[in-house]
Amino acid sequence: MSDVIPLLRMENIGKEYFGNRVLSDVSFTLMPGEILGLVGENGAGKSTLMNILFGMSVIEETGGHEGKIFIEGKEESFKDPFDALKAGIGMVHQEFSLIPGFSATENILLNRESMKYNPLVEVFGDRFKTLDRVDMKKRAVKAIDTIGVTLAPDTLISEMPVGHKQFIEIAREIDRKNTKLLVLDEPTAVLAESEAKVLIEALKKLACQGIAIIFISHRLQEIIDLCDKLMVLRDGRVIQEINTKNTDVRQIASWMVGREVSSEAEKSEGKDREFGEVILETQNLWVDMPGETVRDVSIKVRRGEIFGLGGLAGQGKVGISNGLMGLYVSGGKFLLRGKEVKLNDPNRSLTEGMAFVSEDRRGVGLLLEEGIDWNIAFTAMQVQEKFILNLLGGLVKWRDDKAITKCTEDYIKALEIRCTGPKQRAVELSGGNQQKVCLAKAFTVAPEILFVSEPTRGIDVGAKKLVLDTLRKVNEETGTTIIMTSSELEELRSICDRIAIINEGKVSGILPAKSPAEEFGLLMLGHIVEKTANELNAERCG
Amino acid sequence: MIRMKEKLQVFIENAGWPRIIIGLFLVSLFIAAPFVGVRLDASLSDTLVRVGMNGILVLAMVPMVQSGCGLNFGLPLGIIAGLLGAVTSIQIGVTGTLGFIAALVMAVPLAVVFGWMYGQLLNRVKGDEMMIATYVGFSSVALMCMAWLLLPFTSPTMIWGYGGSGLRTTISVEGFWLNALSKHLHIKIGEFFYLPIGMYIFFALMVFLVWGFFRTKTGTAVTAVGSNPEFARASGIDVDKMRTISVILSTVLGAIGILVYEQSFGFIQLYMGPFYMAFPAVAAILLGGASVNKASMVNVLVGTFLFQGILTMTPSVINSVMQTDMSEVIRIIVSNGMILYALTRKVMVKR
Amino acid sequence: MWDKNKNSDKIKNILANNAVPMIFIALSVLAIPVSGYSANYLIQEMLTRLARNSFLVLSLLIPILAGMGLNFGMVLGAMAGQVGLIFVTDWAVTGVHGMLLAALIGTPIAVVLGYICGEVLNRAKGREMVTSYILGFFINGVYQLIVLYTMGRIIPITNPRLVLSRGYGIRNAINLTGVRHVLDNLIPFKVSGIDIPVATFLVIGLFCLIIIWFKKTKIGQDMRALGQDMKVAEEAGIPVERTRIIAILISTILACFGQIIFLQNIGTMNTYNSHEQAGMFAIAAILIGGASVSRASITNVFVGVILFHLMFVVSPMAGKVLIGQAQLGEYFRVFVSYGIIALALVLHAWRRMRAKAEARRSLRGEE
Repeated sequence: MSDVIPLLRMENIGKEYFGNRVLSDVSFTLMPGEILGLVGENGAGKSTLMNILFGMSVIEETGGHEGKIFIEGKEESFKDPFDALKAGIGMVHQEFSLIPGFSATENILLNRESMKYNPLVEVFGDRFKTLDRVDMKKRAVKAIDTIGVTLAPDTLISEMPVGHKQFIEIAREIDRKNTKLLVLDEPTAVLAESEAKVLIEALKKLACQGIAIIFISHRLQEIIDLCDKLMVLRDGRVIQEINTKNTDVRQIASWMVGREVSSEAEKSEGKDREFGEVILETQNLWVDMPGETVRDVSIKVRRGEIFGLGGLAGQGKVGISNGLMGLYVSGGKFLLRGKEVKLNDPNRSLTEGMAFVSEDRRGVGLLLEEGIDWNIAFTAMQVQEKFILNLLGGLVKWRDDKAITKCTEDYIKALEIRCTGPKQRAVELSGGNQQKVCLAKAFTVAPEILFVSEPTRGIDVGAKKLVLDTLRKVNEETGTTIIMTSSELEELRSICDRIAIINEGKVSGILPAKSPAEEFGLLMLGHIVEKTANELNAERCG
Repeated sequence: MIRMKEKLQVFIENAGWPRIIIGLFLVSLFIAAPFVGVRLDASLSDTLVRVGMNGILVLAMVPMVQSGCGLNFGLPLGIIAGLLGAVTSIQIGVTGTLGFIAALVMAVPLAVVFGWMYGQLLNRVKGDEMMIATYVGFSSVALMCMAWLLLPFTSPTMIWGYGGSGLRTTISVEGFWLNALSKHLHIKIGEFFYLPIGMYIFFALMVFLVWGFFRTKTGTAVTAVGSNPEFARASGIDVDKMRTISVILSTVLGAIGILVYEQSFGFIQLYMGPFYMAFPAVAAILLGGASVNKASMVNVLVGTFLFQGILTMTPSVINSVMQTDMSEVIRIIVSNGMILYALTRKVMVKR
Repeated sequence: MWDKNKNSDKIKNILANNAVPMIFIALSVLAIPVSGYSANYLIQEMLTRLARNSFLVLSLLIPILAGMGLNFGMVLGAMAGQVGLIFVTDWAVTGVHGMLLAALIGTPIAVVLGYICGEVLNRAKGREMVTSYILGFFINGVYQLIVLYTMGRIIPITNPRLVLSRGYGIRNAINLTGVRHVLDNLIPFKVSGIDIPVATFLVIGLFCLIIIWFKKTKIGQDMRALGQDMKVAEEAGIPVERTRIIAILISTILACFGQIIFLQNIGTMNTYNSHEQAGMFAIAAILIGGASVSRASITNVFVGVILFHLMFVVSPMAGKVLIGQAQLGEYFRVFVSYGIIALALVLHAWRRMRAKAEARRSLRGEE
């Protein structure tokens, strides 16, 4: 091995975002024609690692990174992705970077078109060369052939199925003469199974031609089918680097999610908790939320319960609470206290006694340009007519600023919101304090059922603990039913009573929070559908 | 000393260079006035009267800006409602304050209807409101040009003398409701200083009503819709309804605004008269410190004063210095420059 | 079955995309007999107006290609052309030389103005139209400042017939005797009593060829790309901002030439109004020709100019015959010019919102 110079060597890569460590001491090598599978939960550090490799500006803006990158034995540090492209490293993103009204050929050769000389170039410069359509088509056909798929080069992108778009993206990288390394970020996420198979075959062919590939995917079977070796990242560290021949899906899953059970999780296990009747029920719920489509979810939640919704990003867990709160078009049956409730009506959802802390804090959760006081009081004021003075016999509904300020001050104290006062604009607060404002907004409505979505995303450790403790306290003291969505399994396990794992828009299983992490991991990866913990155990031991 | 400098910097950043330059320009005009033989009291009085005349038209910007519909370039729509009220009142022949009220009674419901339709349209073209508003305003003015010709008004003060049908381009309100508001409680000090207190009281009442509206439940919801429509929707607010309310309010204010303007000015200008009326109002509120999505009563008052101050002072002062009337050109540059500045500021690029 | 659906969809699409020109054709068919104009007269009028206006309208094509919408800032170019014409009239350079010189003077001014416009629009991405529109007003103020107050005082103008009686500032209307019809009559040609301005059509034809060629160049392709998706174009390494500036620059320069061609045909220049009308009429014409804010072709230009001006000529007379007031027809055409722009903008915004909703639906449909 050591006598061949590796195509890529990353050495002791580390990265901190504002004192928050997201990567530490990651090292690996990649030979020409080798395929590396990169797996890990969301937030494990995969994208940060790739951002470092490509010299994305976010890395430089947040203080650079540790460690060294060697390309063919030479140390490199790319200033931007174009730099990386020049060195022969191409990336295929999750979202398509294609122009819909252009043909396949035009997209494959975007900004690298073949050109012909004409005399006007002398006056106006190179951009006035005319396009050589014949040669362009030749090159496009060649790139498509290299992948080994059949595709008409003149078809418009807008008229193509998704799978073909993915191939066009790859063909674009192939057309670069010097492409040596291709990074694919969840390329199969949008593909049907048959399409994914074709893609994997195509990638194998590329590897045979000496192109190295880094393949990021949550579909572990694909990783095993395609990759030579794989690397598991967890919390920014390399947990395992292994030849794919020597492992299986179950083992990989446990590496991905397995970590020591935190002390908090144990604490909540101590008590026996009692719940009331079924308060919320969905039957065949679907939600049309872009990127988080829910296809068929049926769950029952009991009064006083803390119910968790987990799963990988993009699988639909986030869509459930958004759909039930009426923010995205949804359908199916939704019952509250045994009675069916109309969907697609945010006002109705609120008046039924539900409240929502959105995962999209800045987009949906806050009035960034307004003060903390408005943020906290607004929903309660509009939905429940709190903080309203009825003037002229109820004809004029005057805003009671005094009461709003009072209430805001109370929450500032109770939740330790760090700010200059109730009038400070929400945009000026830190992420953690913004999250507290969002919680306060929900509490002000005094909901019977509280939906919390990604409540600890992007906030510091101290705020995280306070947020979780507050939720637990509210649940205990007022009996509020809480439905919490989170990408962090450990967080769910530490606070919830039961956790449903959502995969591909469906419930892949509901387990008590105490179940071993590995079982959640398997559910997340969609390998066992709708099986209880007991069945699972039986299967494993049997 | 350093702190002073910092404070100054923050102030400049908040106010923006164009506003400071224009503010300083106006101050220097006032200072220079006595030296070139322009009477300060007369100019000040002139400026203040114009503030009262134009104030409500500027105020008409506020609701739509607050609800996120952008600058109301469609103001002519409200003005048309006002004009219809005005000519109807004259046709009926009621005079004095009563005539003015008759015009209001006619104009406001019309403005509500126009505003509702206009609001429905704007709700379907979110993100492109301003350009569409401009052309909706223009085309409605052109449409009304035909209507002015055809509507069956018969009052001899209003129709063309020779043709016998069709309204005149300019109709005097003298003998009907000239100074219907302004004449009440007016103050005259010396020969040149005149303050129409009646008009100010009415203006203040309108400002108070709009201010009050934004202190109510609905007003708060409208502001939230403008600030973050997604947040408002998640709080159970019907976003389109709130936007429609704000558009109706803006249109009604436009209708009232033109009537107040006319009773002081003395003439009703039909046909292409309302065509460019939106631009000075838009410029004034921006000059007062409003942005494309936030405006307050202070912005209205300060902006109207600054803008009208420049309009009155430049002709008198500059004319005396240079013997040229440059006021029109300065008005064009200042008002459009101000709008351009607001459109290209970085804050504008929202997500 | 699928094909059949597709076909009917296609027909529906063609109808939807060409609704505006069809309405205008229908209107004209009704109004022409009413107006009582002779065919000869109308053909002559249309030919004259086609020669007069086409170039100005063509100048709108490139920014639409680059996704910057209708370039309301083309009045900047028109102003540059007018400044050129003021000077050649003052220096009494006549004939084709006068026109060329006017273009020569106008071009650098148009370049500067176009560059400013491009820079400003880069700061207002997504609201190019309203910004270029206001910029037109703003520069109009500057133009008036220069033409009305400095010309004849700071900038020497010697011809007293150009200068206002007060000694400086350009008169409201200028007689362009020196360049009147010089291009139109360069190659005289007459068919059964109808004058055909051959040279002007040759210039326009040549320019159409240039546009077709331009679309085939690398820079034309780049403009198409960023017109469709600015983000993707940027990711592919296309210099987005620079390309946008070039698009506006070209449009402004062309508008400058277009205005000179326009005014040589009219023969008199309305110093303070001609340019404003140029912008509005050109935009209304291209829209009536079936163009939209994001899609326009050379065909749209010619169809638009003919239909727009047909209505322009016919409607006052039709109004007079029908209602007895020519004034009404005049207001009608003003209404149509503005109304059509409003309608096009509304349709564009509407279509964009619908496309967004459709894209989401297709996302769901792929289960």
